[in-house]
Amino acid sequence: MDRGECAGETPKIKLINVAKRFGDKVVLDGVNLSVMPGESVAIIGGSGTGKSVTLKCILGLLTPEAGSIEVDGREIIGLSNRDAAALRAKFGMLFQGSALFDSLPIWRNVSFGLTQGRLRDSANMRRVAQENLERVGLGADVLDRFPAELSGGMQKRVALARAIAPRPEIVFFDEPTTGLDPIRADVINDLIVSLVVDLGITALTITHDMVSARKIAHRVAMLYQGRIIWHGPRDRLYDSGNPYVDQFVQGRADGPIK
Amino acid sequence: MTASSTSPLIGRPFADIGRLTLAILATIGRITIFAGRTIGRALRPPYYPGRFFQQLREIGWYSLPVVGLTASFTGAALAQQIYIGGSRFNAQQTVPAIVVFGIIRELGPVLVGLMVAGRVSSAMAAELGTMRVTEQLDAMATLRTDPYRYLIAPRLFAAVIALPIMVLIANSIGLFGGYLLAVEKLGFNPTHYLVTTRQFLRSDDLVMSVVKAAVFGFFIALMGCYHGFEADGGAAGVGRATTNAVVSAFVLILLSDLLITVLAFG
Repeated sequence: MDRGECAGETPKIKLINVAKRFGDKVVLDGVNLSVMPGESVAIIGGSGTGKSVTLKCILGLLTPEAGSIEVDGREIIGLSNRDAAALRAKFGMLFQGSALFDSLPIWRNVSFGLTQGRLRDSANMRRVAQENLERVGLGADVLDRFPAELSGGMQKRVALARAIAPRPEIVFFDEPTTGLDPIRADVINDLIVSLVVDLGITALTITHDMVSARKIAHRVAMLYQGRIIWHGPRDRLYDSGNPYVDQFVQGRADGPIK
Repeated sequence: MTASSTSPLIGRPFADIGRLTLAILATIGRITIFAGRTIGRALRPPYYPGRFFQQLREIGWYSLPVVGLTASFTGAALAQQIYIGGSRFNAQQTVPAIVVFGIIRELGPVLVGLMVAGRVSSAMAAELGTMRVTEQLDAMATLRTDPYRYLIAPRLFAAVIALPIMVLIANSIGLFGGYLLAVEKLGFNPTHYLVTTRQFLRSDDLVMSVVKAAVFGFFIALMGCYHGFEADGGAAGVGRATTNAVVSAFVLILLSDLLITVLAFG
């Protein structure tokens, strides 16, 4: 049982037996997971185990075939388009490839969630963008540049600034350190930790990076064959007693995971 | 034992035809839902007039050079061909009448439609397809911005507005191309040519030309947006989406042209 549920607190996010398939391929086969307010949880697991699909189901970008997803105790599956759009105001997301809008300068990327893409109140939006960029360690010199003019690490930071600019209650991080060298990856990890603490957000991260998982998460869950097969505090990651988790975190080719 | 297991060579073509029919019907259904969703959402705020005018410039203004060239060359070539054909039974004087008839009713809208489809459907599918495979469309949704309103509706409405204007321009250029060749090369009297052109220039033909153009514009944007929006599979998927967008836009333009022509003039 999760620590927050013991205290009777309502989970920020609660997944109950969530199932999703694409054609004949079962991706999620009864996922159960709770994330408490202010908690940072990392989901680990191999490629194609359904980590990104889990996030997209919570965001309403995909609809599960079965199960229940609650946000702040409210069922979100089956919401109307308008309610689903309103619900998304609670969420921010850092995408694996940053997913910045190529055709827009950085300041409009960062302020996009505040204006819904409209070009209005430009002076104020530039200021808001600059404030959020400063929070992720970028200066005003990038405001008028385009995403293609930035390095991968800088794009990740801009994407992070964009995700937090509307001040969401929950932020999803999809492989936040993938493609970055260890130093830049650690910079991103530090930023995520500071954002969780400073802004009091609830964070759900999916990652292959064990260093990152141990640094940014309070709790880690492992997804395998569409189910959460283990979850526990980050300190237990290398001492889980679960052969699947042991094989995965140690990166061994031999073991129960084929 | 089933018929298909006893006669696989007979059963398989029927099964293939059935699958193909179902796939075509499913695709038509998906495209119809896509178009309906776009129009339905576009009627509710937020609206994006800036995006609409940007697309109007992309689709209309930037396509004018290629449309102008196509119309002028085709108008001139048509005048030459009609002159050659007409001279076989001493009917060279029909050149201005048939040029105006052919350009306004058929060649103007169809050629503009095909040229713009080649240029615009492919660009839309490539841009939206790239946005799909790089998760930019998902990112937009998480930023409380509806991609149907922000990306699709402005393209659809801009194409429906831009194509009729471009066809009117192309019709004028096409007629002028025919006039130039007829007067400069074939020795027609300029005044007589213009008077004949005016006599055969009917307003209902012009209306039909514009209606065709609006329908073609709708299909051009719809095919570009739909195939780009539904792209998957990385760079190869974007390539497939681009090809499918252009081919399906071409087919729909030619098919709808036939239907409109038969219904209006048949």
